[in-house]
Amino acid sequence: MTDFSAYPDQRGHFGPYGGIFVAETLMAPLEALRIAYEQCRADPAFHAELDRDLAHYVGRPSPLYHAERWSRELGGAQIYLKREDLNHTGAHKVNNTVGQALLARRMGKTRIIAETGAGQHGVASATVAARLGMQCVVYMGSEDIKRQALNVYRMRLLGAEVVAVESGSKTLKDALNEAMRDWVTNVDNTFYIIGTVAGPHPYPMMVRDFQTIIGREARAQCLAQAGRLPDALVACVGGGSNAIGLFHPFLADDSVKLYGVEAAGDGIASGRHAAPLCAGTPGVLHGNRTYLMQDDDGQIIETHSISAGLDYPGVGPEHAWLKDCGRAHYVAIDDNEALAAFHSLTRLEGIMPALESSHALAYAMKLAPTLAKDQIIIVNLSGRGDKDIHTVASREGIRV
Amino acid sequence: MSRIATRFAELAQQRRKGLITFITAGDPAPAATVPLLHAMVAGGADIIEVGVPFSDPMAEGPVIQRASERALRHHVSLHDVLAMVAEFRRTDTRTPVVLMGYLNPIEHMGYRAFAAAAQQAGADGVITVDLPPEEGAEYIAALRAARLDPVFLLAPTSTPARIRQIGALASGFVYYVSLKGVTGASTFDLQSVAGSVAAIRRDIHQPLAVGFGIKTPQVAAQAAALADAVVIGSAVVSIIEQCGADSGRAITEVTDYLTAIRQAIDAA
Repeated sequence: MTDFSAYPDQRGHFGPYGGIFVAETLMAPLEALRIAYEQCRADPAFHAELDRDLAHYVGRPSPLYHAERWSRELGGAQIYLKREDLNHTGAHKVNNTVGQALLARRMGKTRIIAETGAGQHGVASATVAARLGMQCVVYMGSEDIKRQALNVYRMRLLGAEVVAVESGSKTLKDALNEAMRDWVTNVDNTFYIIGTVAGPHPYPMMVRDFQTIIGREARAQCLAQAGRLPDALVACVGGGSNAIGLFHPFLADDSVKLYGVEAAGDGIASGRHAAPLCAGTPGVLHGNRTYLMQDDDGQIIETHSISAGLDYPGVGPEHAWLKDCGRAHYVAIDDNEALAAFHSLTRLEGIMPALESSHALAYAMKLAPTLAKDQIIIVNLSGRGDKDIHTVASREGIRV
Repeated sequence: MSRIATRFAELAQQRRKGLITFITAGDPAPAATVPLLHAMVAGGADIIEVGVPFSDPMAEGPVIQRASERALRHHVSLHDVLAMVAEFRRTDTRTPVVLMGYLNPIEHMGYRAFAAAAQQAGADGVITVDLPPEEGAEYIAALRAARLDPVFLLAPTSTPARIRQIGALASGFVYYVSLKGVTGASTFDLQSVAGSVAAIRRDIHQPLAVGFGIKTPQVAAQAAALADAVVIGSAVVSIIEQCGADSGRAITEVTDYLTAIRQAIDAA
């Protein structure tokens, strides 16, 4: 049996995936980051400070909520929601930015940069930068700026500079390119907070470690509330940070099935989607080897999803590996199914989920009826839906 | 001896410094590329770098990003670029050609298939910007088997241990990136480059080229004095961009620009 906790290796490999694929200028800064992070990882004082921030600033632990009415309506397994939407700033992203910001301060950096798609990671980065008095620049594709105007304004209120990225497809992948270009130029004083479990080593490992608080809490909460482990975990996967955060503490629990839910956009068959694990092939992008959406020439192709946070042509390398190992299963949910789940949870439980999380909920709606009433599914409710109200309204022809 | 080694040996014998120039293949249109390659040779280029367009050129500044986007509008693929190199080779059998790009198109083709096709087309070396030697064992082996030189970059942040490692692996030449930043940046700091190059020389026995931030004949001459060759990329691509669809004018202007650079380097 594979000991999943032993990965990645020293150079960031998860089997054939991960690694460090960057220009020479970034090799030494990444090594410095790896060493600084290893020191923090082994330092009880760092963990004590992080735990304090997570408790009193982020508001952890987040509840594990038994959605009884929704479960009854679906007529199968009992569904528990891990309420990352109740975190400060409204999503799981802050678990990681709090951790990386503490690391940035320890490394003596004075300037933070970040990329963002839906804006949740940008907001979470701007938030921690405001608190620590650090300069913050957030790169965001100009297409995403249009669809997430509210989050752009939130970042600006927090004192961050939001830079519109006009290159390429003008979305998350291009924002990541631009943030890398900033980092290579300002590497002496700048810390790059990557928001997902992608990028070059040590980012996929480091972001995962900061997000595993989700799974560690959920595991203990499930044991306390239900007296047993869950039968299945469901989480949406763009880059995959909320999913790996939930899955990782359960990897050795063979009885727990893991489902990562990608965005099928207009449908996998349409080609207009963001599902590299379901319909892509391995390649190298943004510093690591993983599954990608690419054409026959190895060019990265544009992705489509109603959810800006899932609109990314790559995926964290650990997910690529879990897929190949068969430990996790990856499925896809299209825009319409995600919207239906958004409405269903809102109306039946009074909880408005982010469109990203709605993909996970939609898969749970399919999975639950196939399981017995005494079985348990934990869905990661990774973010709240306020930011998406305009998207939902305009999709349904309503002017807000 | 490879074309690159031959060219550096000739330069050394003539006591001249090399001029290495870059354009993105397929920019602004596929038909423009081969005439521009010949124009660069006519202007005095000793070695030519042919950029393989990529959708996500993470290490490039805006000038070369836009060149990549223009080429990709014509769906210029790695296969197409190799066909351009082969066409160039029909009339120029002496000027070394180095392919420069990102790993994913090569990985998608397969290292061995790529190396064989590149060698067949008449390429001499390959720079893969986002492939550090740590991840490159299989790639290096495939290139060497096809008698292609794997050219690696060094940067101001490279540690002594990495400089030694790259010195042990690279062939053809080693490319020193003169500044922390992306291509096309405008701050060439002669003094700091001089210091770095002196340190690098202790461990690098291949010819050393210096690039990034070199635009004017004066800076080119100063940089050339520090190394065996200078690399000029964004400045050439800028000229092509300004000429738009007027490929005749682009050929004249690129030739004239490089002639001035060449004269400054040779006069220094």
